[in-house]
Amino acid sequence: MGVFSGLDLLLPIACRAAGFCKDGSILRACAVALTLLMPETHATAYDSKVEGNVIFTRFDAALNWVRKNSLWPMPMGLACCAIELMAAAASRFDIARFGAEVMRFSPRQCDVMIVAGTVTYKMALAVKRIYEQMPEPKWVIAMGACASTGGMYRSYAVLQGIDQLLPVDVYISGCPPRPEALLAGLMKLQEKISGERSFRNQKPELAEKLEEALA
Amino acid sequence: MALTEQELFHSLGKAFGPRIQLQTEFRGETTCTIAANDLRDITKFCRDELLFDYLIDITSIDNFGEDPRFEIIYHLYSLPHAVHLRLKLKISEDPGALDTVSDIWPTANWHEREIYDMMGLKFNGHPDLRRILMWDGYPFFPLRKDFPLEGLPSEMPDVAFTKVTPLEGGPFVTVPSTATSKDREPRARPPEL
Repeated sequence: MGVFSGLDLLLPIACRAAGFCKDGSILRACAVALTLLMPETHATAYDSKVEGNVIFTRFDAALNWVRKNSLWPMPMGLACCAIELMAAAASRFDIARFGAEVMRFSPRQCDVMIVAGTVTYKMALAVKRIYEQMPEPKWVIAMGACASTGGMYRSYAVLQGIDQLLPVDVYISGCPPRPEALLAGLMKLQEKISGERSFRNQKPELAEKLEEALA
Repeated sequence: MALTEQELFHSLGKAFGPRIQLQTEFRGETTCTIAANDLRDITKFCRDELLFDYLIDITSIDNFGEDPRFEIIYHLYSLPHAVHLRLKLKISEDPGALDTVSDIWPTANWHEREIYDMMGLKFNGHPDLRRILMWDGYPFFPLRKDFPLEGLPSEMPDVAFTKVTPLEGGPFVTVPSTATSKDREPRARPPEL
């Protein structure tokens, strides 16, 4: 936890101190000095005073690293897929290994909505409303055939895929998918997050301002 | 003292005579066809005198194209006698023809709401006849035979919406007729039917 709280404090300072390269590509050049709060006792490289205590990385990489390893799900359990979702949280599969065990039935602290089950038209706008209550940044996993496409319910009562209402990041096949499939989907989402240009996406005005200042 | 089926249905026939229009037995279970305006008399008698204290289910059938169009079926069970009884009645679409039994068996309340929701049949004297599965304001009755399986578009802002479902070759669909199931249930219903 020390690493994370240190990161929160240091990131803005480090970002300002590091400066930006001339081609205006802020994020690629933005080197973040991340001081680990744990003491390092053995030499790991040419300068033992620096190495091991300071890490150079991109701002985006550090931010994404934090984000992808603490994906708190909003468990939108609507049908039998929710049983597998619960199994994924239990000890045999243990979604806590991926930092995604904090399932609370409030959207306010959530990062990823796992739509697990059949979305009926009666429920559709409620799902959308809960998604809208989640704070940015947020992602959506469509778990199982029903949430992805309506599944076997070619019916007057069932929404044919939650992607008609929400922007879905990862689709998981299966009816229902096994917990391993959910974990695989979660890892796919982690991969996706680690490639995101978070700073520019999240703070476009600030990025623009910085680019102007450099120009 | 538990009575046998014969004794029960004998007393039912004695009490109502020709008002029991048809009585058939199939695999040990008896079905009586009655008229809609006799429903409350007969069901009250069944509960109070014959001790049919358990209303298992109420179902409705849409015999599209026939007159009267709908059929309601009451499944009764007597716990003291361990006997089943089925009551059938035919009913047309016009409102006011059908009475509630929710004061006789309180469980009928939600069963009748479901029939109202899915078939659009109204029950006189029902205390709270709202939709139970679809939302209030949904404009169709989806289990009627003239309602397409893929649904119809509808829109209620901030409540719900529906769209037409792509059937893509289609699941099994039953066309209402008296033909064999091979003819009635093609792989997909042609769009003109």
